[in-house]
This record gives sequence, structure tokens and C-alpha cells, in this order.
Amino acid sequence: MFYSATLILVQSASSITCFLRLFTCTSLVSLGLNSHPPPPCLYPSPSLTRLSWSTLRTTMLHLTTGRVGCLLSKQAVVALTSSGARMSSHGHHEVSDSVDMSQPMYWDRLDTPLPDRPWKDVLDSTDKSLKQKEKGPWTALSKEEKIALYRLKFNHTYPEMKRPSHEWKTVIGGMFIFFGITGLVVFWQGHYVYPPQPHTFGEEWQAKQIQRMLDMRINPIEGFSAQWDYKNKQWK
Amino acid sequence: FSPVGKMFRPVVRLSTSGVRSLTRTRPCYSAPLASRCYSHAKVETDEEFDARWVTYFSKPDIDAWELKKGMNTLIGYDLVPEPKILDSALRACRRLNDLASAIRILEAVKDKSGPHKDIYPYLIQELQPTLIELGISTPEDLGMDIL
Repeated sequence: MFYSATLILVQSASSITCFLRLFTCTSLVSLGLNSHPPPPCLYPSPSLTRLSWSTLRTTMLHLTTGRVGCLLSKQAVVALTSSGARMSSHGHHEVSDSVDMSQPMYWDRLDTPLPDRPWKDVLDSTDKSLKQKEKGPWTALSKEEKIALYRLKFNHTYPEMKRPSHEWKTVIGGMFIFFGITGLVVFWQGHYVYPPQPHTFGEEWQAKQIQRMLDMRINPIEGFSAQWDYKNKQWK
Repeated sequence: FSPVGKMFRPVVRLSTSGVRSLTRTRPCYSAPLASRCYSHAKVETDEEFDARWVTYFSKPDIDAWELKKGMNTLIGYDLVPEPKILDSALRACRRLNDLASAIRILEAVKDKSGPHKDIYPYLIQELQPTLIELGISTPEDLGMDIL
């Protein structure tokens, strides 16, 4: 019974952990709140249009490991989010279903310092004048202007990209919740599903069984009967 | 500081021939004598590697795409670029009027150093004349090295 319980717990934990991470990832992503956009493939497939939801679900269900990797489903997730490339333009605020993958995209990646396009595409007049000033000597730029130029071109700095997230708490917490639910299921199962224990498990029967084993001298040299002191009629 | 410069020789080398083969000793099971089974591709020395990259970024009419491609490829290698390569890249940023990319390059090499915290200060020290000349502020100067 303990074996089956641990088996259930282990299985549920591993699958639930995966589901939970996928669930939080997709839920956050679908809400457009993805603070960690999944790192896309270095060489994205061109003009990837919107995948059907069922295809996405099946591909995502096959993911067992985490966020790193050139997987098509990650692309589809990016395709279905509003965050990522287009969010930076500030030109339109509606949530678009799909990102145009035939255009160069922006992404923050530690191993790709210079993405395919700048963060802010649509420049207003102050930005444009700053860009003009950038063409002159950079010693003339103030610190704020330099920071502004950086923020025009890039979204996150490297420390911001590397900031730790609190996702692990969600995962561990969710894991324990599912452990608990599974524990309840196992308890209910033990009460309602299992047949009654065989009569051979009873105290009296067990005592008689042990006495019979001792009488038969089971494993008398190093095993069972060797532990019994026949002279004093007690365990050694 | 010259021994320090030798410390940061790139670890992984790519050959200059068309086939990009990493030279590694393959186990020789057949030969009883000490005949090595190296690949026959020519090994590029560190100096050749550095010179190649300095030349790449020194192109006078380099365009933004080439800078991007060069930097992304360089950061993809398992090494921290030598100061002279970075100097060439920063000057390319200047030709392209791109201060943001110059700062990004400095951030990227700091990240590439990984746990070796002494590499980045060395690079900044070596690049200081260039940084002052071009007016590039380091991420630390701008307060962008902290969250």
C-alpha cells in the first residue's frame, strides 16, 4: 500500500510540476503578463503563422523540460502573445493575436546582445532629436541622455534579464497542493476501494505463523531462527 | 600586465579552413606508436583569430547588420574577446552612431566573463583610452549594472 502511495505521489508530482509550469507559463502568457518571454530560437522559422490551439496544446504537453530550447511550441507561444516584439512600439495598445514572424523581432537574450531590431521602433520627436544628437560627439551627451538612448534600443539591461524570479515558489507550492490532493485520494481509496485485509494479517495468526517458522527452524544459521534464543524462549 | 593579457587567451579555437572542425585529440586505438589522430585542418592561432575579428570590425563602411552579426557570433563563442577586438567593435559603433550598442557590448562581455570577476575590470582598464576618446560611459557609470 505504501508502495502504491509513493508511486502515485511521485508520478503525480512529476507530471503536476510539468503541468503547473506549463499552466503558469501559458496563463501568464495568454494574459500578456509574461515578464519572462520564452527565449525564441536563434534562427526562427520564417513566416510562422498562428498555429491551431489544439496543435499548440499537444505540442506543449510534450514538453517535459523547462524554458531553454528551440522548440516549435515556444514559437507558437510567442506567436499567440501580445508581448514580445510589437509591444514596444507604443503605437497601438490592442492585444494582437499573432506576432508577424516575417519581420525582424526583438528579444532580450544573454547570448544575443544585439537583437534584430531596436526595442522602440516608433520614435517621437524628442527621441528623434536625441538620435540626431547621437550622431555628434558622445562626450556631449549627458548620463540621462545616454540612458535614454540605451532604453530606446533595448528593453532590459543584462542585470534585468538575469533577475531572479519567484516562479519556484509557485511550483513548489503547487506541488505540495497536489501532494495533498493525491494524499486525500489515496486515503479515500484505502478506505473505500481496497478489499478487507486477508485474515492471515491478524495478530493471532501472525503469532502462530512466527511460532511455526521457529519450530521449522527457518534460516537457523544467519537468518530468522538464528535470532531466536531457543533456550530462553525470547529474541536475542 | 602582459602575463595577465595571456591569461585571457581564448580557449576554443576554430580552424580557418572551410570546415569548422574543433581540433581535439581523438583516442587512437590502432597505432602502437605515438602517432596522433589530429584532424588535418589547419589550427588558427589566437593571434590570427584576434586579427581576423579586429579586421572584421574595422571595416570603414560596416553596416548595422554586420555589427550585429559579428557581435552575436563573437559572444556565441566560448571565450571573452580580447580588448583589441572590443576596441574595434566600439569604434564600429561610433561609425554607426550607435551608443546604445556600445554600452550593450560592454554588458555582454561582462556577462561572458561569468564567475571570473577579474576579467571585466581588466577589459575596462584596457579600453579606458577608447572609452574616454569616444565618450562611451560604462554601464557602471550610468548605474545600469544594478537592478
